[in-house]
Amino acid sequence: MAEAKQMQVSDEVAISIQKMNKWYGTFHVLRDIDLTVHRGERIVICGPSGSGKSTLIRCINALEEHQKGRIEVDGTVLSSDLKNIDKIRSEVGMCFQHFNLFPHLTILENCTLAPIWVRKTPKKEAEEIAMHFLEKVKIPDQALKYPGQLSGGQQQRVAIARSLCMRPRIMLFDEPTSALDPEMIKEVLDTMIELAEEGMTMICVTHEMGFARQVANRVIFMDEGQIVEQNEPEAFFNHPQSPRTQLFLSQILGH
Amino acid sequence: MSDTHAESVAFVRETALPPTAPPMAASGPVLWARTNLFATWPNAILSIAAAYVIYLILAATLPWMLNGVWTADSLRGCREVLDGTSGACFSVLTERWNQLLFGFNYPSELYWRPTLAFVLLFVAAAPVLFFDLPRKLLIFTGLYPFLAYWLIWGGTIFIPLVALIGVIVGYAVYDRLVKRNFALGFFSGIAAAAVVWWIGGALIEQFAFGAPMMEEIASRNLGGFMLNMMLGVTCVSLSLPIGVALALGRQSSLPVVKMICVVFIEFIRGVPLITLLFVANVMLAYFFPPGSGVDLFLRVVIMITMFSAAYIAEVIRGGLAALPKGQYEAADSLGLDYAQSMRLIILPQALKISIPGIVNIAVGLFKDTTLVSVISLFDIVGMIRGPILASTDWAGVYWELFMFAGGMFFIVCYGISQYSQWLERRLATDHR
Ligand SMILES: Nc1ncnc2c1ncn2[C@@H]1O[C@H](COP(=O)(O)OP(=O)(O)O)[C@@H](O)[C@H]1O
Ligand SMILES: [Mg+2]
Repeated sequence: MAEAKQMQVSDEVAISIQKMNKWYGTFHVLRDIDLTVHRGERIVICGPSGSGKSTLIRCINALEEHQKGRIEVDGTVLSSDLKNIDKIRSEVGMCFQHFNLFPHLTILENCTLAPIWVRKTPKKEAEEIAMHFLEKVKIPDQALKYPGQLSGGQQQRVAIARSLCMRPRIMLFDEPTSALDPEMIKEVLDTMIELAEEGMTMICVTHEMGFARQVANRVIFMDEGQIVEQNEPEAFFNHPQSPRTQLFLSQILGH
Repeated sequence: MSDTHAESVAFVRETALPPTAPPMAASGPVLWARTNLFATWPNAILSIAAAYVIYLILAATLPWMLNGVWTADSLRGCREVLDGTSGACFSVLTERWNQLLFGFNYPSELYWRPTLAFVLLFVAAAPVLFFDLPRKLLIFTGLYPFLAYWLIWGGTIFIPLVALIGVIVGYAVYDRLVKRNFALGFFSGIAAAAVVWWIGGALIEQFAFGAPMMEEIASRNLGGFMLNMMLGVTCVSLSLPIGVALALGRQSSLPVVKMICVVFIEFIRGVPLITLLFVANVMLAYFFPPGSGVDLFLRVVIMITMFSAAYIAEVIRGGLAALPKGQYEAADSLGLDYAQSMRLIILPQALKISIPGIVNIAVGLFKDTTLVSVISLFDIVGMIRGPILASTDWAGVYWELFMFAGGMFFIVCYGISQYSQWLERRLATDHR
């Protein structure tokens, strides 16, 4: 299993973060983050609430601005230049905890909007692409409904399809299952596992440890704005090194 | 049904029940009255009291209305016909019908021009109000302001034509440059339009294209309900986009833009409209050189538009604030730029939330157009208070005239309100 996972990872660097720091006002949220993600790699980030996990992945597509250090995504260095930011955003897909679908548009329109306006794809072609990905997340029959008519699990799968329609090379997930009822978590995780098996580069903030064991190449533990420990899943879960990781894992696996 | 198993099993249904029709809806007027008007004792007492009040009102007004005189030529004539009985003198409406609608200086042989403009208004407004109609109709909507101007004011066609060409050229330049930079496109567009207007204006003067092709009507001679409609339609349609721009500007991350918008909104909101109208009447005349064509109508339009745009901006700001931050982030994360995310994601939702507030302001604005009567413009209220009530024939016919004016405003405002409710239902997609 672990070997199969290694196979798909290439030497090419997808994301490289060096000595990145971020403050909210005077509050030092991220401290000296160093992280290199290779193409095809699947990374799970976990850690206590407020440890800066969301902030870290939101810095990668510039939803948050970092103040110090260097972030390079797909060979493009993130700077305040708007052109770079738009380029990176159109190549990095993101799924949010609360889905953030556009409630005034149908499912299909949600999926075609960015390809039509950002990629300038003709409408017809964009609709074909959208239907392709809606089939992939197994809800093509809901295409003409509005987000408010779907269950949480279905909405999150639409959100994944919407990101995929932009043909991203990297996908970011920020706790995609933590707003869902238990019976819906599996359908979303299955979609993500399928995506992982196709070799998508993924960074997932999640506390679904089963998912981490199954698909992750690396699990990263964050606390107080720092990367405390990172390792392959087996080693990470069975032999955590730092006491903070041990405490966190005992809490999260305890119940 | 289950007599064979009744002893052995507690209860197991073996066949599905056949579907049954829903219970008969309660119907019939007697039943309706019993459930809605006389359900309980207090309810019955209230119903009877209400019926009595309605009776009193009708008893006082109906005979007066039904006994109304429609054909006399003066109040004295009315009194003669009524011969001491109580009755309305509606003759003033028939007698001064044209004055109430068009004012007292618009040439009567040209009434067809504003009337035609009024009819075409519906054609022009339809594709904007009912967006299921074919989008091609919007071309006429774009041409309408220029056409309506020519119909109402008359004069040479070259003036609205040059204005139209200026707008088209300005838009073309904007469209070209906006991809590179919004500010560049915006200001170049305005500059290009200004150049066209300037050249066009010079040409018209040079070659005496100014010779009137339709009889020219001065703004001073516009009046009656036509003036209220013109002010209302113009100001509402101008203040909506300006209000949107102000609301977005107030949220801007550029401090200068933000400050300009905040100061503008707070200043305009802090001043009564009537003071602004007096300013329009007196002060603006100093800023614009005399004879520069900036006439009273335009000055009033500027003031009312600024006033309602400030209010609309605040309503829309409320709508923007009501949107979850996630909507902005989702739009950003998909790579939409600022203009796209505003136009496609944020504004459609924010405007939908703001519909009741915007309609409230539009209705208020429309009624506030009667305030121009205090700066001696003869809108419908100005006509009634001025020329009509001051005439020896009709001095003292208050009720009939103000009822009529109120009725005209009610029809329009009720229409706006009904439309907005339809719009809200049409746009409801959240939880169907
Ligand atoms: N916009 C913000 N302004 C100020 N502080 C913030 C903001 N967003 C998050 N924080 C703070 O930054 C810290 C990290 O937040 P976050 O990255 O959301 O944590 P996590 O996702 O790990 O729970 C938290 O303490 C949070 O309170
Ligand atoms: Mg978080």
